[in-house]
Amino acid sequence: MKEAAAVAIGGAATLVPVASGLLVWLDPLNSGGGEGQSSFSRITGLESLPADGVPRKFTVIADRQDAWTKNPKVPVGAIYLSRSAKGDITAFQSICPHAGCFVEYRPAKNEFFCPCHNSSFAADGTIKDPKSPSPRPMDTLAVEIRGNEVWVRFQNFQAGHREKIPTA
Amino acid sequence: MKALWEWLDSRTGIRHLAQEALMEKIPGGARWRYVWGSALTFCLAIQFITGVVLWAAYSPGAKSAWESVFYIQHEMAGGWFLRGLHHYTAQLMVVLLALHLMQVLIDGAYKAPREVNFWFGLALLMVTLGLALTGYLLPWDQKGYWATKVATNIAAITPVFGSQIERLIVGGSDYGNLTLTRFFALHAGILPGAIVVLVAGHIALFRRHGITAKKPFRKPDANFWPDQVLMDAVAALAVVLTAVSLTVYFRGAELSAPADPSEPYSAARPEWYFLFLFQFLKYFPGGTEVWGAIIIPSGVLGVMALMPLLGQWKLGHRFNLGFVGAILVGALFLTFEAKLQDSRDPECRKAVEKAHRDSERAVELAKSPTGIPEGGAALLLRRDPLTQGPRLFAQHCAGCHRFDGHDGLGNTLQEAASAPDLKGFGSREWLSGLLDPDRVATAHYFGGTKFKDGKMVRFVQQKVAKYSEAKRADLAKVILAVSAEAALPLQAELDVRDRALIEEGRTLARESVNCTDCHQFRKPDEDATAPDLTGWGSREWLVAIIGNPAHTRFYGKRNDRMPAFAETGQLDVEKIGTLADWLRGDWYRAAAR
Repeated sequence: MKEAAAVAIGGAATLVPVASGLLVWLDPLNSGGGEGQSSFSRITGLESLPADGVPRKFTVIADRQDAWTKNPKVPVGAIYLSRSAKGDITAFQSICPHAGCFVEYRPAKNEFFCPCHNSSFAADGTIKDPKSPSPRPMDTLAVEIRGNEVWVRFQNFQAGHREKIPTA
Repeated sequence: MKALWEWLDSRTGIRHLAQEALMEKIPGGARWRYVWGSALTFCLAIQFITGVVLWAAYSPGAKSAWESVFYIQHEMAGGWFLRGLHHYTAQLMVVLLALHLMQVLIDGAYKAPREVNFWFGLALLMVTLGLALTGYLLPWDQKGYWATKVATNIAAITPVFGSQIERLIVGGSDYGNLTLTRFFALHAGILPGAIVVLVAGHIALFRRHGITAKKPFRKPDANFWPDQVLMDAVAALAVVLTAVSLTVYFRGAELSAPADPSEPYSAARPEWYFLFLFQFLKYFPGGTEVWGAIIIPSGVLGVMALMPLLGQWKLGHRFNLGFVGAILVGALFLTFEAKLQDSRDPECRKAVEKAHRDSERAVELAKSPTGIPEGGAALLLRRDPLTQGPRLFAQHCAGCHRFDGHDGLGNTLQEAASAPDLKGFGSREWLSGLLDPDRVATAHYFGGTKFKDGKMVRFVQQKVAKYSEAKRADLAKVILAVSAEAALPLQAELDVRDRALIEEGRTLARESVNCTDCHQFRKPDEDATAPDLTGWGSREWLVAIIGNPAHTRFYGKRNDRMPAFAETGQLDVEKIGTLADWLRGDWYRAAAR
């Protein structure tokens, strides 16, 4: 009886710090914290984007809540924009869908190439080589033309999956 | 003294404790092959001592981590050495762990009754690698940032709970303040705590079973103290000397440029002891990554955990040796392969060079009188004309212009230039070239533009070409005067020296060379049809012309193809300013030491 009481009482006492610690440690699982829905960011003027189908890199400037710090108008990532001869604009996330490195555009071969594990993509973002480690094509982002400006909804996606799953 | 010792012993039993610790029996005497465990324990001591002092100057935060590590590395006395010692001892630990593991396997020290202790050892191996991984991110530099991203993304493909695991490690959906505080808590609190507990258990179990003595015995039995302790001390000295040599040779641990999510870092590679895993992933085509990243490595660990049970049979022991041997050879091969591929890839070499350049520049700017701004060190390079100018030029200007024949970043382009080469724009040399009848219509100046048949080219080719000796001397002074408008920092001394000639040139521009027939120069002139020469090449002038070259102050309706970068919103004023500063060679230069 005493033994059981000792274990129960001691255990209950220990449970308080352990549980309260665990609760806070698990806080990041509560998704969001203001990040949730990402909104559109103004990227550039249409003039900077010749209709030649060549991807060009742009920095995305947006407000960012980083835990306790609100960072207004900071670079949150980079994208590639390309405009086809027909005038369609495509936006690609610059992060590799394989493991999250920064994908380069290599004009000499007119392809995207990830300098980490050698994933390669055609200029339209599709997988070029079936042996390429990336599980999916480059992630496209929603584009809106507002007047003379290109706006993009910047998002990050989980790496390593066949499906495109937003992280926030 | 003796009385004091007796008193202390009677209250604490310290004598018995010391006896217990030091008088362990070593059958067959002390041997060098027993030093690995002690050498590792010594490494741990180095890491605790250096780590706690680093901690005392380190600030985990997205706008303070790089900054504090920079301060340790470049401002604090001996900081670079302390950090180097911590960095290289961590690498030595990985090597020593491999050696210790090999020795335990070869000597059969993992077999019954020592199974549990072998598992403690495996756990210690994992925790040490965890410390290495978490430590890599803490400086919040480009290298650690991008390499660690790969690691946490891999954690996210763990079946079932992957994305939860990633969120818990990262502290949310994206890298930031919480990533650093959590990595730091792991690196300086949780994992070292775990290591202390595991090492205590490892040593207690080791003492319980005694040393696995290697037969045949060559010498009589001896005690741990002093024979083995002496050898262990020599090993400790060798460890620390190696770490010191590496630190001095490489002048401390690297600190690359401040982390920036919008700035590519193509030189991202993990530390050398993780390179084999990195390389391994390249062989798994899309969708099978989980095998290379998680399933196979976990399987290998699983087999290693079973080794003490397998080792009970002779064949099992041989299998264990063969298995670990094969893994080591495989890892060596993959590491070699990774290094080889990188050394053969010119893009990779370029990326490494760029990384070094950015890293040195960031440090140079952080050390400058303006120092690190409140917004954090990431702003140093983002606002630096020397770093950003070439990138802006390559993206926005090199479609038509060139810079010293290339695109600003050093790449030669296939298409011919269709607008002037802007290297040295505003300088006396540049202007002399423009006013040279042989050069004005080349691609370097107006050759690629619609102005190649314009008034200016005609003036240079027809009038200047026939200038007399005296007129030529006048023109030389006009060149000094117009170039002085730019107030280039690199020409400042010359401009001061030649101020009399410049003054003369200002008059001659009006009276002899007749610039003011078309241009406005230092006096308002409403009839001017060509670009304003007042302040020509100055920062203000450049910002204005890049902003809108078709303004009446510049080319007006006769503007060729140049876009109005500010008016159309292609570039903001800050970026145009950065570009202008770079073209003018106006950036911070550290005084030559």
